[in-house]
Amino acid sequence: MARITMREAISQALWEEMERDPKVFIQGEEVGVWGGSYAVTRGFYDHFGGERVRDTPISESAIIGSAIGAALTGLRPVAELMTINFAFVAMDHIVNQAAKLHYMFGGQMVLPIVIRAVSGGGRQLAATHSQTPDVIFAHFPGLKVVAPGTPYDAKGLLKSAIRSDDPVLYIEHATLYQMRGEVPDGEYLEPLGKSKIQRPGKDVTIVTYSKGLDLSMKAATELAKDGIEAEIVDLRSLQPLDMEPVYESFKKTNRAVIVEEGWRTFGIGAEISARIYEEAFDYIDAPIVRIGQKQVPLPYNRNLEQMALPQVEDVIKGVKEIV
Amino acid sequence: MEKREHLDLYFQMVTIRRLEERAAELYQEGKIGGFLHLYIGQEAVSTGVISARQPEDRIITAYRDHGVAINCGIPARVVMAELMGKATGCSKGKGGSMHMADVTKNYFGGHAIVGSHLPLASGLALGDLYQHNPRVTVCMFGDGATNIGFFHEAVNLSKVWNLPILWLCENNQYGMGTAVERASAVPEIPQKAEGYGIPNSRVDGMNIMEVREAALEIIKKIREGGGPYFLEAVTYRYRGHSMGDPERYRKPEEIHHWQENDPIGIYRRYLVDRQLASEEELNQKDIDAQTEIDEAVQFAESSPEPAPESLYQDVFVEP
Repeated sequence: MARITMREAISQALWEEMERDPKVFIQGEEVGVWGGSYAVTRGFYDHFGGERVRDTPISESAIIGSAIGAALTGLRPVAELMTINFAFVAMDHIVNQAAKLHYMFGGQMVLPIVIRAVSGGGRQLAATHSQTPDVIFAHFPGLKVVAPGTPYDAKGLLKSAIRSDDPVLYIEHATLYQMRGEVPDGEYLEPLGKSKIQRPGKDVTIVTYSKGLDLSMKAATELAKDGIEAEIVDLRSLQPLDMEPVYESFKKTNRAVIVEEGWRTFGIGAEISARIYEEAFDYIDAPIVRIGQKQVPLPYNRNLEQMALPQVEDVIKGVKEIV
Repeated sequence: MEKREHLDLYFQMVTIRRLEERAAELYQEGKIGGFLHLYIGQEAVSTGVISARQPEDRIITAYRDHGVAINCGIPARVVMAELMGKATGCSKGKGGSMHMADVTKNYFGGHAIVGSHLPLASGLALGDLYQHNPRVTVCMFGDGATNIGFFHEAVNLSKVWNLPILWLCENNQYGMGTAVERASAVPEIPQKAEGYGIPNSRVDGMNIMEVREAALEIIKKIREGGGPYFLEAVTYRYRGHSMGDPERYRKPEEIHHWQENDPIGIYRRYLVDRQLASEEELNQKDIDAQTEIDEAVQFAESSPEPAPESLYQDVFVEP
């Protein structure tokens, strides 16, 4: 076991898969000579060369669209969007092409493509560069959406995503790159579409993922001081959505708080709480609490930005409302 | 070209014409749903260019795709079955008129968002470049697609990466009901390719032999590493943009003018004048094509509906 950062974990996964399979290649803006705008692919260009680490023009539709086309020839492209905010200019290729071709042509088109995208606010980049729109992509059938919250999961899930024959949107959180965690030395894979208990507890179930996991773990540490043991279910994948561990935990705790960084309105909390009402109604002992971003475009000013984003204190407060 | 090949190309063109005419009738009868975009008048473009490809070369097109499907070797009955949404259709009844493909024949569809398949085409060509396959991708699209951003991103990328791709613009004079000169800042569409430093030319899209000869030469150059090429085929669709087009944007005389240069008529005269085929032989091909379509309709009508459980199939490869 080594203690490495999220950035290193993602980088290792990419490196190992490129070493393992010559069909895997990377393309995107500044992934090559620059080394990646978040330094994830630093050193890749020198090692693998420009054919496999392809710098593209600022053309998101062409980045995703050509990755889809290349995948249709049997390759396994990893296309990088510098930020998920740029996904909107490639939206047609993500939700209308990548997510639909397999189904719409009766199963004959197989496109093993991974789209890596950096999501999340908190870096004072203002409204257009700070969004956490992850849930939008989980709305479309045919696209797998993965968003790890620990270095361990980041590595294991990315390796699985690259080996998957389905299109996968792999979401990295901009403020988690420096987070450290234990990662095994040898190779391992984490399955796509499986939630995971990241902290056992008995008093309340916190359902979360990505940055929300970080907030929830910190909140749980504080809550434990007051004798409240939160069980944390990390979704890790928004599509497919694995609800079994959520129901199991909820049937034990009878209370749930759902934590996401994105806007609360029509968010993941809405979906998860609706499903709990549908599947575990008899076990509900308290209203389900949803924690998310305030319904405003994220402002530049640091204080205002932090006011809009969910905080550890919000999670603690949410839990205490129902426990 | 051997006589057999000529007769085959002629047969393909007539088969497309009969298929489209029959499809229009079936649409009126309510047996085909959704949108239906007919290829009538443009048959020489697709038949000519696809006759010039090697079987391993890749074809991708927009939503006016039934003719391309026939030229790529999808049997007419399978095309007809897809039009009727049957389980035996090339997309198992899930794609319909606008989404026909057969990847085993290197035909990658059939795409309904204008211009969106152009970046996919760049990717097909990138896949071959990356794997050192000596294959060429032929990407077909209409004049209207040259006004959307996808076109510019894909065409620019093709030049930057020197991709083995033939951009084939089928200029049928209208993007839906808007004439080229009302929509494109440069009505001379190849100028757009010129702007990206891509070699380009124009061909009479009503004349199959001209299309074919141009395509043969261009595809050869691309295969030898020449990079992308832009070919404009000047053509015309006789029918509306889709069924239910009020056609307020053009006069009947204009359609009649183009019909005097019918691509099937031109090819027929070419074959007879050069004694490459006799009137009798061509008449027989006409009959064969009609029979093919009659059988196709019968096959499609008697084919099963998709099974209810297929609703959930193929959302993912690995559910």
